[in-house]
Amino acid sequence: MTAHAAIPESRTSKVLKAIGILPFVLVLTCVLLALYEPRFLRVSNLINVLRNASFLTIISAGQMLVIIVGGFDISVGAIVALTSVSSALSMVGLSSMGIESAGVIVLLGCLMGLVPALAVGIANGFLVSVLKISPFMVTIGTMTIAVGIAGYVTGGTPIYDMPELFTREIGRGKFLRLPYIVYAAALVLALLWFMQNQTRLGRYFYAVGGNEKASRLTGLNTRKYIWLAYVLSALLAGIVGLFLTARVGSGEATLGSNLMLESISVAVIGGVALKGGVGRIQMVALSAIFLAVLSNGMSLARIDSKYHIIIIGLVIVFAVAAESFRESRRNKHV
Amino acid sequence: MTSTTTKPGAAIAPGTSDAALIEIAHLDKSYGAFKALEDMQFELRAGEVHVLFGENGAGKSTLIQIICGVQPFDSGSYRLFGETLSSLTPALAHAKGVSVVFQEFSLIPDMTVEENLFLGHEITSGGRLAKSAMHKKVQAVLDRLGFHLDSSARVSTLRRAHQQMVEIAKALLWDCQVLILDEPTASLTDHEAAQLFDIIEQLRSEGLGIVYVSHRMPEISRLADRVTVLRDGKFIATVNKADTSEKELVQLMTGRTFDEFFPHIQRNPGDTVLAFRDVTLQSGLAENISFSVRRGEVLGFAGLAGCGKSEVLRAAFGLEAVETGAITTGGTKLDNNSPRKALNNRICYLPSDRATEGLAMHQSLIANSTIAALDDPVFSLGNMLLNRRAETSFTEKMIDKLKIRTPGLHAKADQLSGGNKQKLMIARGLSREFDVFLFDEPTVGVDIQAKLEIYDVIKTLTEEGKAVVIASSELAEVMHMSHRVIVMREGEIVGELDGDAVTENALLSHFFDHGDQDTDQPQGHPTS
Repeated sequence: MTAHAAIPESRTSKVLKAIGILPFVLVLTCVLLALYEPRFLRVSNLINVLRNASFLTIISAGQMLVIIVGGFDISVGAIVALTSVSSALSMVGLSSMGIESAGVIVLLGCLMGLVPALAVGIANGFLVSVLKISPFMVTIGTMTIAVGIAGYVTGGTPIYDMPELFTREIGRGKFLRLPYIVYAAALVLALLWFMQNQTRLGRYFYAVGGNEKASRLTGLNTRKYIWLAYVLSALLAGIVGLFLTARVGSGEATLGSNLMLESISVAVIGGVALKGGVGRIQMVALSAIFLAVLSNGMSLARIDSKYHIIIIGLVIVFAVAAESFRESRRNKHV
Repeated sequence: MTSTTTKPGAAIAPGTSDAALIEIAHLDKSYGAFKALEDMQFELRAGEVHVLFGENGAGKSTLIQIICGVQPFDSGSYRLFGETLSSLTPALAHAKGVSVVFQEFSLIPDMTVEENLFLGHEITSGGRLAKSAMHKKVQAVLDRLGFHLDSSARVSTLRRAHQQMVEIAKALLWDCQVLILDEPTASLTDHEAAQLFDIIEQLRSEGLGIVYVSHRMPEISRLADRVTVLRDGKFIATVNKADTSEKELVQLMTGRTFDEFFPHIQRNPGDTVLAFRDVTLQSGLAENISFSVRRGEVLGFAGLAGCGKSEVLRAAFGLEAVETGAITTGGTKLDNNSPRKALNNRICYLPSDRATEGLAMHQSLIANSTIAALDDPVFSLGNMLLNRRAETSFTEKMIDKLKIRTPGLHAKADQLSGGNKQKLMIARGLSREFDVFLFDEPTVGVDIQAKLEIYDVIKTLTEEGKAVVIASSELAEVMHMSHRVIVMREGEIVGELDGDAVTENALLSHFFDHGDQDTDQPQGHPTS
């Protein structure tokens, strides 16, 4: 009697199982795109793609954490807007208080900008993990509240007059030709990879999402990890909010409105299972790059932006269908 | 999460053999109005195997859950290692040295064997997982237990028996003083179970206290030092195994003698209402199945878990796709069978998993009992609207007839106990005219009283001229309830016994392939 049922497997299917089809689809898309439109390969364009992918990676990393613990975070887009407004207002307020050093203003402004994000994350986590309310409804609720607050505070007009250090240096500055956001995304990728593969915390996130009851029986404080996932997701969304605010140069209550759908799409295309317990950050990053390349390619090909959404929608449906197909096939074997 | 290693149980001094590890007295536990445990007593000493013996629903699982801190208790006293406890969490119990192998798997399917074994107690160094140290420890434990498991395999890809082995390894990975095993051999083969018994005996000699939940007689006679019998949440007796017989234990457990337990069902075979001819399922779980069932008789399907008997029933109801062969009912051939089609051909199926396949748990009794018959003119007004009054009166009648114990007509299905859920499904089966009733594990998870009542319903249905098919893993049940028994093994029919030929020995000899001694033989058989 061997340890596991011997299912005959070809080498290709093993490789596919390990990394999925996403890398191949990504390479294929890039090759086709480069052949069809040489401008795609221009350095400035590639950097542009990388920047968009970085925004997507960070926000989707948070979404991934929440989905892994069996939840869903609808509020990430609203958190981006709220962070944008609160950080802009803080910086404007701090400079009117007579603080001279731009560095201090930016630092304090960013920290204060993250406070509302943290609050939303804590609220989400509390409502989902302690009060056991459906994550879907909880985050829809907090999203609506956050959007409302951001709109009310700004009165609908963008907030300007932030220090140049913030808008020029952080928003447009580069190190070794790459925007700072790329380094931020790389850091998030590295930290989360380490967490998922090398720490207890990572294991516990998977365990809680894979089988919450069993995790509790094992003695894990399941509430804590679910809560933590929402807080981390909100903080990552807040960081994206800061970078986006710096990039557009103003605090806006409408910033990031499409990021919620995109972050879920990226997570799902990256193989994060909606049932929870499955998902790897490196695949999510790859998926973010794929989505950025896809949008970029469609823009270069001058496809009407209305069609972009349709095509991305088709990709999402395909990804979800592929996931459930894999799942049902796997269940048949056992 | 900074400590380098956690070693549950290490902090506690080795128990002296005469001290009680666990003492429970006058313990009560209720879920709402339902009394799960009443005035419970239990004592576990170091170096003994103490069997908890009782029917499903007797309260064994609740008691275990209290011992290991998963459930709180209402009143009474619980002393663990001589220390009176008022609140206990699973983590605390584990740290004190209580390890549990749950019947319901506590594994994370998408994680590997090794990740599961260490879950909650990972070895780390400097915040990083010490993967090689963990790997070494896993290998050591698996070798000691003699389990051949690939520690990097994902749990969801393992067979049930192997998952069970992972559970046991998980409990024994750390030093413990109390080991609780909840029906650990339920899915093990003979060979694997024998290995487990050796390990249990070894652990006992090392001075562990072992709580062993089972209703399998051969295991109890091999392992037990003492047996505590539970019935309907009440403590019945604690006896030394040496001083009792199997018969006595069964009588203590059921509260009645064996002969009066199963009803005598009249056999009046009428016309054939359901027949399989050379049916092979697409899933391959049942092959070349041929049988027929007639009005006024009970046909039983016996065999070990996974032998294909429940798939046969599911195929008759259109839940399994048929590859070749034909299913006919009263002369009509059921091609492309589906539940809709089966219902229209007067076949009723009562699934074993009532929670996921049987009932709408959050709907009322009324909604559940009439859902299959809403297109019947009896329950509709002018073919358009629901006839609420007819629904209500039907449900009331059924509650009365089937003795469904419920807080009220509008109670939700999940407020009922297992037995009453089953009766509610039977009520639904009675809501329209059926000829064939297919019962898949009719009494799994059902308490003794409800079991008897369900047997009575089966008796009534049969004597009213319905055809009844029962698939059950409980040998005594198929044996005593059926007029004819078909035995299946590995997806094929290996024998059919009729009337007086239905005996335990005859059935068991079909269960196992005696021609080939090398095959893994599943362990034991149900109480009889």
